[in-house]
Amino acid sequence: MKTLWKPLFGSPLNVVLTAGMLALFYLTVPPFLHWALANATWDGLSRKACAPDGACWAFVRARFPLFIYGRYPQPERWRVDLAFVLLVLISAGTLFAPRWRGWWLLALLVFMPIVGTVLLVGGVFGLEPVATGDWGGLMLNVVLTFVAVVGSLPFGIMLAFGRQSTLPVVRWGSIGFIELWRGSPLLAVLFTGLIMLPMFLPNGVTVDNMIRASVVLTLFVSAYMAETVRGALQGVPRGQTEAALALGMHQLGAQVLVVLPQAMRLAIPGIINIVVDLFKDTTLVSIVGLFDLMGVINQSLKDPNWLGLAMEGYTFAMMLFFVACLVISLIGQTLERQFGSAARTPRR
Amino acid sequence: MAQRNITFGFDFLLHPAGFDIPFHLLSWQLTDTYGYALLVCSLNTVLCASMSVVLATALGMLIALMRLSGNPLAAGTARAVMELVRNTPQLLQIFFIYVAVLQSLPVPRQSIVFGWGFFLNVRGLLIPSPDIDPRMWLLGCVVLVLAIAGWIARPPGSIIGVILGPLLLLAWAIAAAFSASWDLPAMHGFNFTGGLRIPPELLALWLGISIYTSAFISEIIRAAILGIPHGQTEASLSLGLSRGLTMYLVILPQALRMLIPPLTSQYLNIIKSTTLGAAIAYPEILQIFGRTVLNQSGRAVEVMTLLIAVFLSVNLLTSAVMNRWNRRLMAQGR
Repeated sequence: MKTLWKPLFGSPLNVVLTAGMLALFYLTVPPFLHWALANATWDGLSRKACAPDGACWAFVRARFPLFIYGRYPQPERWRVDLAFVLLVLISAGTLFAPRWRGWWLLALLVFMPIVGTVLLVGGVFGLEPVATGDWGGLMLNVVLTFVAVVGSLPFGIMLAFGRQSTLPVVRWGSIGFIELWRGSPLLAVLFTGLIMLPMFLPNGVTVDNMIRASVVLTLFVSAYMAETVRGALQGVPRGQTEAALALGMHQLGAQVLVVLPQAMRLAIPGIINIVVDLFKDTTLVSIVGLFDLMGVINQSLKDPNWLGLAMEGYTFAMMLFFVACLVISLIGQTLERQFGSAARTPRR
Repeated sequence: MAQRNITFGFDFLLHPAGFDIPFHLLSWQLTDTYGYALLVCSLNTVLCASMSVVLATALGMLIALMRLSGNPLAAGTARAVMELVRNTPQLLQIFFIYVAVLQSLPVPRQSIVFGWGFFLNVRGLLIPSPDIDPRMWLLGCVVLVLAIAGWIARPPGSIIGVILGPLLLLAWAIAAAFSASWDLPAMHGFNFTGGLRIPPELLALWLGISIYTSAFISEIIRAAILGIPHGQTEASLSLGLSRGLTMYLVILPQALRMLIPPLTSQYLNIIKSTTLGAAIAYPEILQIFGRTVLNQSGRAVEVMTLLIAVFLSVNLLTSAVMNRWNRRLMAQGR
């Protein structure tokens, strides 16, 4: 009690601050709890079942499968669940496994995309094919994030090396590419990709919207990935390259086998930040006609049975995103403590 | 492209547009050209971006100060708000403000009254509009030029040169506010006349961008202030400076130097984020050009080239200017 007294009431300013904060809590917290819990309706078939001054969580419950899976066919949804469990397991292995990190990484970058595609798209091994047009909800956000991160990792690493290249064509090409994508807004780029791409393709060839969005997101993220990797490459002491060259390795081997593994370790916090930002930004695909969580919610709000429940729908989406992003950020912070400091302290 | 009978050229910019831009700062008629539409909607983008820069910086500073205040209640609340804002998508926040809050407001007849001529209803926020004398505007321009000149020509280390400009501008603003005749919005029949109406789209975009960016700005400010070694504060206090002067003369100038590069990228993000206005039909450059003009003229390649070119040039220009200022500040530190 004594230790809390001073920071809360120790000086006139602190008394004012504490009183102000308490007043703010009094004004906001009880009405919110009243709306969200005390007066809320959890069951019902339409808006009419809900209390007028409480939250209508019945809407979220009724639409929950749609919010998570979109229009993915009901009997096939176990495939999405399985793919998600695999993704979590392999990601956790890559980040936290004490040994065989390389194999885990290989599993994440090669095995997971193949298995994921087989599971989600289907059409082989007796799995029903599911059109990408039926994908939606939170699942689409996760898929787009995964595709863009996995695709942008090799591309971003190449660009980062390209930017440091001594060949002017490669260097200026990389700089131009990176600055072009970093300078343009994601939404403008998505518009361009989804509207203009069909014009450059020969007649009769159509590319699926979901693939188009993935390509645009991958290229966009590559530019940011390249900058993160470049920063990490610069963080590896020059002595490492020199030592490798002195041992008789050639330039490529020294970069790929000695510098890059150390740089990737330094880059992990930056990459986690990119993943969080990207996961949030995948909601933008709802504006160009894909039905991700945001798009599905906006669509559900127009349902005549559930009109005027925007507050409930958006609050639920916020909670989902908040928990997911917070978990990813916390993992990032743990890893940063684990390697960041270890990598920075000089080894004796 | 030739296969599809598509030609390339920017001559369409001179054709009459024939559509309405619901919110515009310059006068707009249906017969005006596409080229002029580009100017009008670019101004809308600039308006929203500059409003957001101001509000985001102010909110960011507020959150940073609350976190640094040492009061656990204030610091904890600020931290919770920041984490909530930072970990949810910006688009979701904009939709939340626009659809869940602003569109469920009462009709004009039952507006929420704040007093002093401020009203909030489903059609937007109504504020009093000042009618300022042209001579006052002239005086304002003179004051602005003087303030900028004084800031550039100030002797190194002078406090007067730094604070005189803002003080003069503040004095002018107060004088202008008192001398102006204010046009208050008032209810006539079913709607309001007079005053200025900020449409809900602009309000949602402005608040959405500002709140989202302020969470990041607060972290930048906090890191910059915490990054100053504590010895600086101790040295300054032991030399007899007061706490306020220590903050203003010792901590802030050094923190500012660390602040500028990350703050620049946040401001550039704000400019890029204004494109989210296309989601709620705020007539900014992507909404008008990427949607309306593209659909009407069918010149997809030219329109998208123009759009990307505008954003790229603004971004590259801003980062060039900020880099120069940064170098100048760095040079002062040596």
